[in-house]
Amino acid sequence: MQQASAEQPIAVLSADALSVAPRQSGAGLAWIGRGFLLALAALVVFILARNLLDNPRLFAQIVISGLQLGFVYALIALGYTMVYGIVRLINFAHGDVFMVGSFVSFFAVSRFSLHTWPAVAFPGISPDLSTLIGAVSVIVLSMIVCAALAVVIERVAYKPLRNAPRITALITAIGVSFFLEFFGALNFVFSPRFIPYQRPFDVYAYWIGAQGIGMVTPQTPAPDGSITFSSIFVIIVVASILMQILLQWLVKRTKIGKAMRASAVDKPTTRLMGVNVDRVISFTFAVGAAFAGLAGVLFAIAYPSIHTQLGILPGLKAFVAAVLGGIGSIPGALVGALIMGQAEALTAGYISTPMRDAVAFTILIIVLLVRPTGIFGEPEREKA
Amino acid sequence: MNSRSIKMISILGAAALALAACAAPRPVAQPEQPAEAPKEQPAAPAGGEIKIAILAPLSGPVPTFGVSTRDGALLAIEEWNAKGGVNGMKIVPIVEDSQCTADPAVNAANKVIDQDGVKFIIGEVCSKASIPVSEIANAKKVIQISPTSTNPAVTVGSDGAVKPYIFRACFIDPFQGQVAAKFALETLGAKTAFIMLDQANDYVRGLAEFFEKSFTEGGGQIVGKETYTDKDTDFSAILSKVAEAKPDLVYLPDYYNIVNLVAKQAKEKGLTMPFMGGDGWDSSDLDLTAADGGYFTNHYSSEDTRPEVAAFIKAYGAKYNGAVPDALAVLAYDAANILIESIKAAGTADDTDKVREAMKAINFKGVSGQITFDDNNNPVKSAVVLQVKDGKVSYNTTVNP
Repeated sequence: MQQASAEQPIAVLSADALSVAPRQSGAGLAWIGRGFLLALAALVVFILARNLLDNPRLFAQIVISGLQLGFVYALIALGYTMVYGIVRLINFAHGDVFMVGSFVSFFAVSRFSLHTWPAVAFPGISPDLSTLIGAVSVIVLSMIVCAALAVVIERVAYKPLRNAPRITALITAIGVSFFLEFFGALNFVFSPRFIPYQRPFDVYAYWIGAQGIGMVTPQTPAPDGSITFSSIFVIIVVASILMQILLQWLVKRTKIGKAMRASAVDKPTTRLMGVNVDRVISFTFAVGAAFAGLAGVLFAIAYPSIHTQLGILPGLKAFVAAVLGGIGSIPGALVGALIMGQAEALTAGYISTPMRDAVAFTILIIVLLVRPTGIFGEPEREKA
Repeated sequence: MNSRSIKMISILGAAALALAACAAPRPVAQPEQPAEAPKEQPAAPAGGEIKIAILAPLSGPVPTFGVSTRDGALLAIEEWNAKGGVNGMKIVPIVEDSQCTADPAVNAANKVIDQDGVKFIIGEVCSKASIPVSEIANAKKVIQISPTSTNPAVTVGSDGAVKPYIFRACFIDPFQGQVAAKFALETLGAKTAFIMLDQANDYVRGLAEFFEKSFTEGGGQIVGKETYTDKDTDFSAILSKVAEAKPDLVYLPDYYNIVNLVAKQAKEKGLTMPFMGGDGWDSSDLDLTAADGGYFTNHYSSEDTRPEVAAFIKAYGAKYNGAVPDALAVLAYDAANILIESIKAAGTADDTDKVREAMKAINFKGVSGQITFDDNNNPVKSAVVLQVKDGKVSYNTTVNP
């Protein structure tokens, strides 16, 4: 706390000044607010329970689409939370790095057919293996490009402002975000069109139900009462969980992870210990962006139409997820993202689709009012 | 870090980005660019001349629309002149760039009416430019026929009165909904339909409303209706409801970018019923594998077998280096022909009241169908239904109103 205040006295002071007024308005009002939230929670539980009993199949189907969204948000939210943890910056350009990830894979697949290189290089290779290696190469390429982009952004836009008031860096982040969106919309970059995305591999649909499990084809539709899911859903869940584990291992078990945690707590002291803090920060940006790149490719495969403002809403929702989970906390990002995914899917399913963004940001407001540090947040300590 | 500064920073940032989200790009259909038209400079023949202005957006947001419109209209005028003009008079086209924007279009209209003494205008393409031009033209008793402006307000004033001098050559948005309903009921034999719509888009809403009305009046049943926003990418919740409702048809009258996403996700949910939409599907960016099995209504198809269509495609290709005309060129060609045909029927080019009465009574066999005008000066004409199948868009049938 001491160090943060020393770095950003203006931001902290003004925030404190702003929040004095409601504190004085009395405990009675606070109870009304709390009662209202409890009533709201009861209503939500009631509606969900009724719909679950009404049609469990539809409910499960909606939960699956929520899980798919949630795991994508989790990948993006990691980047927000890691960067925040180490430099106390909400990197709003992160959603646009995600967008760049999907465009890189689009160009790799549609223009350069990178996904077919194993079949071209080794003609005898089995088609499945070729698809697997090809798709992984596309994803890795996107991750590398995004990581490089994030390092450049950090060096050009954020590093010179490291000792400036925090609000300056935040506004710069919004500027970088706009730059990526509208530079990308130029005709010779990505163009402002909505581009149909060519997938590096085919996505299949499966059904699971009382009769067992099977593939959905035009000849064999899913039987009644079964739940359908697609292969990309499985891939997103597996990839997202793997990345969570990888990141936990990286932060907790490796030397660079230790350096990241140390830099998060106290940069000057870490520097005295012989750690190159600037490189650690760049590395953090690169890792977060690589996850965003992966999320971008998976998102584009799942929802195959891309445009340059693709990253705005997923980015914002991932940010809400990070705040909800407790910004700075890595498990918090996953939990927050899963809650956001469910909130969105259930709203779309049981209230109306246009309401879902309203609900997503209402959650942000409620979290900030009730528990500003989020679910896993620790109020009075610096977090890694 | 103090928790309250997180609060403030978060809200500030979220607000700023939410503002940015409002500026999402609009899909713009990108028709093929026909070749540049040669400038026409015909000498005035002995019988006098008739000036016809063509207001087309040759620059601005949709320049390809303007080029197609100009080329289609010039082709019609050239054909009439080759036949000796109309009523013994040569037709002189005056092309002005109206930029698909109100101000330049109004300036162009004032220029051609006041300086050039034009009594007939073909244009504008965009409704937002056609509407202000129609006010001027109607007040000055100049006949205006817009080839492609679909907004009802082009021919009907805000007071609900028809502007007597203003016509159009395209059907208006609600009509496509009616045609789609008729096709679904009669040709596809659909009994139930599910409607997906973007409530914030007038075009989509108009089509959806009239589809619903015609479909239920025709004995069909709407089993579900769900709305989304144009920024949505995940439609799985709506599609789960579609799977529950098991309709014979899903009506999705949106632009191709939404269609690509919805159709792909529907295929992955194992939905096999056909999707149907309107002319917003007509784009080279439509994902043909995702939309496979779908149908959409449109103004014209180059595969239509009627002799008018074949003759027009041949003449257009011969004049413009083998270009295939898009719907805009067709409608401009029809608009010019309707206008000149009416001048011929009226027997005069000086009295626009006679010409407009002749136009009102016209029964014209155009490339885009048999055209008559209703009470609101909107054409009553057939629409074509196109089918997406095996990686291409092909002509399916023509539906008469």
